[in-house]
Amino acid sequence: MVDEGLKIELGKQGVFVTTIEDLYNWGRRNSVWPMQFGLACCAIEMIATTMARYDLARFGAEVFRPSPRQADLMIVSGTVTKKMAPQVVRLYNQMAEPRYVIAMGACAISGGPFKQGYNVLKGIDRYIPVDVHIPGCPPRPEALIQAFMTLQKKIDAQHLTGEDRPRFLDAEQQGEFPVPVQGEHDLEPAHNPGVWTVPVVIR
Amino acid sequence: MKTVEEIKAAIEAAVPGAAVEIVSNPSVSGQHSLRLAPGCAIEVARFLRDDAELALGYLSNVTGIDWPDKEITEKVKVAHRVVKTVEGVEKTVEETVEEMRQRLEPGCLEAVYHLYSVAKKHGPVILRMRTIDRTDHVELPSLTTIWRSAEFQEREIFDLYGIVFTGHPDLRRLLMWDSFKDHPMRKDYREPDDFEYEPTAHDDVLKRAQEHQAAAGSGNTEAER
Repeated sequence: MVDEGLKIELGKQGVFVTTIEDLYNWGRRNSVWPMQFGLACCAIEMIATTMARYDLARFGAEVFRPSPRQADLMIVSGTVTKKMAPQVVRLYNQMAEPRYVIAMGACAISGGPFKQGYNVLKGIDRYIPVDVHIPGCPPRPEALIQAFMTLQKKIDAQHLTGEDRPRFLDAEQQGEFPVPVQGEHDLEPAHNPGVWTVPVVIR
Repeated sequence: MKTVEEIKAAIEAAVPGAAVEIVSNPSVSGQHSLRLAPGCAIEVARFLRDDAELALGYLSNVTGIDWPDKEITEKVKVAHRVVKTVEGVEKTVEETVEEMRQRLEPGCLEAVYHLYSVAKKHGPVILRMRTIDRTDHVELPSLTTIWRSAEFQEREIFDLYGIVFTGHPDLRRLLMWDSFKDHPMRKDYREPDDFEYEPTAHDDVLKRAQEHQAAAGSGNTEAER
């Protein structure tokens, strides 16, 4: 690693020094293109975030892509019903690595006000790995921008080698996540044990 | 608009053999409804739509009700003949004794239709139909042929209550997936048990969450996961 002071000194002399990791992460974090899909009222806030007033494009989310093949970020914006959940997981599987997920709003993180409903999944993190959860019903555009910046910080902090390298650089990590099957009474399985374990509640 | 009694009379005059029963609503709104026998429902519905005076051309809402089997305990007065000795003379006296009796009122499924007239600016006229029971005889005639707007709403009732509408052009589940077997709006429906994690559980959810916590506490935490 280059000493930070030396880096500044060299910069004054017109020499730019960086590491591959910094350059790679800089590129990744500033071109996170979200996928164009919304599930419920949170999607309206997501649309508002991309419009002129909040302008998510300032952060590198330049354009919402209508195909999972071209998208880097899945914003799960709204209630995930049990009928929709297999399609959401399938879309996530179709995205190319590196890929990220923001679970936006109370429904996407836990089921929210519909948690006790027979038809609502209690959080999309039961099937796919979620990078950032934002609470709110729905969250304001500022909250989505906050989540986006949190994701950028997370990307920036990743090391490309070593034990804590991101999933897509680890050949042993799973790349495809099992799509739940719509069974006779519920989705089967009810959650992916490789992704989600029962949280320990401290009382 | 005509009162329900007048509508009942009009139906009985127009459709011979129509069995119509008034279900009165004791509340302030006083929205009384008409319960039709399923056999004559289509003819009655056609009359209500085509009659010049009623002209109920707009079906605004179709919904379902589940009436589960009900155990009713009631007091019944029963006359008994009792032999008594009154002033040294034996007499047979009739006595009324109150007895508690239990009877089982069989449940059924009910479909409710709310009708309005756009032309006459009146309504609602409420129709009800009941199935014979909740399990084996759940057929009702579909009124989609009379009011096209019933199509999706009858599909929804089929999905959530399990009433089979005979004569429906496309009777499939509307909200739940096709391989789903239950009818979630029925009173005896029990949702899948995924209450293993409830940070702010209360009431019924608390009970079910506690079952999971007890199972987790007894040592099979890893198996649970």
